[in-house]
Amino acid sequence: MTDHSATDAGAERKGPIRRFLDMPPDTPAKTVFVAVALCLVASMVVSAAAVSLRPLQQENALRNRQVNILQVAGQYDPARDVAEAFAAFEPAVVELETGQISEALDPFTFDDRAAADDPELSVALENDPASIGRKARFATVYLLRDAAGAVERVVLPVHGYGLWSTLYGYVAVEASGNEIYGLQFYQHAETPGLGGEVDNPRWRAQWNGLSIYNEAGDVAITLARTPPPAGEEYRVDTLSGATLTARGVENLVRFWLGENGFEPFLANLRAGEI
Amino acid sequence: MAQTRRSLLVDPLVDNNPITLQVLGICSALAVTTSLKVSFVMALAVIFVISFSSMFISMLRHQIPSSIRIIVQMVIIASLVILVDQVLRAYAFEISQTLSVFVGLIITNCIVMGRAEAFAMKNPPVASFLDGMGNGLGYGLILMLVGFVRELFGAGSLFGIPVLPTVSNGGWYVPNGMMLLPPSAFFVIGLLIWAFRTWKPKQVEAREFRIQRVEAH
Repeated sequence: MTDHSATDAGAERKGPIRRFLDMPPDTPAKTVFVAVALCLVASMVVSAAAVSLRPLQQENALRNRQVNILQVAGQYDPARDVAEAFAAFEPAVVELETGQISEALDPFTFDDRAAADDPELSVALENDPASIGRKARFATVYLLRDAAGAVERVVLPVHGYGLWSTLYGYVAVEASGNEIYGLQFYQHAETPGLGGEVDNPRWRAQWNGLSIYNEAGDVAITLARTPPPAGEEYRVDTLSGATLTARGVENLVRFWLGENGFEPFLANLRAGEI
Repeated sequence: MAQTRRSLLVDPLVDNNPITLQVLGICSALAVTTSLKVSFVMALAVIFVISFSSMFISMLRHQIPSSIRIIVQMVIIASLVILVDQVLRAYAFEISQTLSVFVGLIITNCIVMGRAEAFAMKNPPVASFLDGMGNGLGYGLILMLVGFVRELFGAGSLFGIPVLPTVSNGGWYVPNGMMLLPPSAFFVIGLLIWAFRTWKPKQVEAREFRIQRVEAH
């Protein structure tokens, strides 16, 4: 059979798709056909893109978190491979209430954000200064050990509401359990230039060396409206023009380092039990 | 057809600019123009979405039932936007974090819908593609101009590179914080429209009514 006769035969006995295409567009059958066909094609395109790009996206998100953990703990070196540098950290899942490392949960599969929505693994907060609604009972922390195996620094995940968005970040604390090494947010949508200045390295640098608890054992960190004098133990300069973001940051840091957050864990760390 | 391909592409830049003449797409122009880099990526995303949505809608224009045509257009536009969003998240992670919801909001950008409904439904695919691209370029041009002004005066930098050393980094320039807030984009776009219409007086709209002078008796 030649090509020519094949097209002839096709023209005589039109296939169902051809018949639909030739129908006037405004009949009900055609309307349904177009809607269904379009939805099928569009959903295939969208899901193909989502599925094929997901590994790359997850890798990006993971890398972004790792870079932030490295940066907040002062271990980031742009020349070094991120995954390799990150191997220096030992992840561990901490039960917040007791401050003990949970052996039952695997830090490599435990998902902090999913846990915060899981009724089994989280609690609703009554006293909720960070405006997070529910709090997971467990959190993944990262331990940086020195050559001898002693904990040198810990990186704690924190989050809370600012002005427009929930800020997600990490606080690095020295092994003394009472001195902050750094604070850094890896995800937020605060106003660039105002609240977004939480990312400004000069502002972040103030957190280095800050004491967390006063003599009474309470969290004493505040954001001050006047630049604190050099050597100030508990205060950092607030963000000008970003009152609500700054208040959010203050609240979330105080909450997560307080008794509902990592205070029991830091107490254990101080006691040398970690 | 009256319009040449060149004019399809070039006219929307100044003479028929979607933002300054038609005053469409303002909301995203307010939101993403705080820095040039973000404006640039947003412009690219919109150019891609308008060009291809116009082309696909034009290819289907004889098949689309008029009763569901807006929904059909929305499905095509939305699919393209999701595609852009996914690609950005995979290959430009940091920028996709800054753009966050605004990529998704391209779906509701009136320019995209406007070109689909006004042009692509009545014209062949190649012309529609060029028309979409021209309008995307016109949108992008204004985005870049506004982004330039806002980033320069709001943060003292261009494309993230410091140009005016700011006080917070030990320099002399006190940044104009208002430039980083959405209202400043209204001022900048308003001034741009004024400048465009002074340059091209044809764009000035006829007054809708005129106060009559009544002679005193």
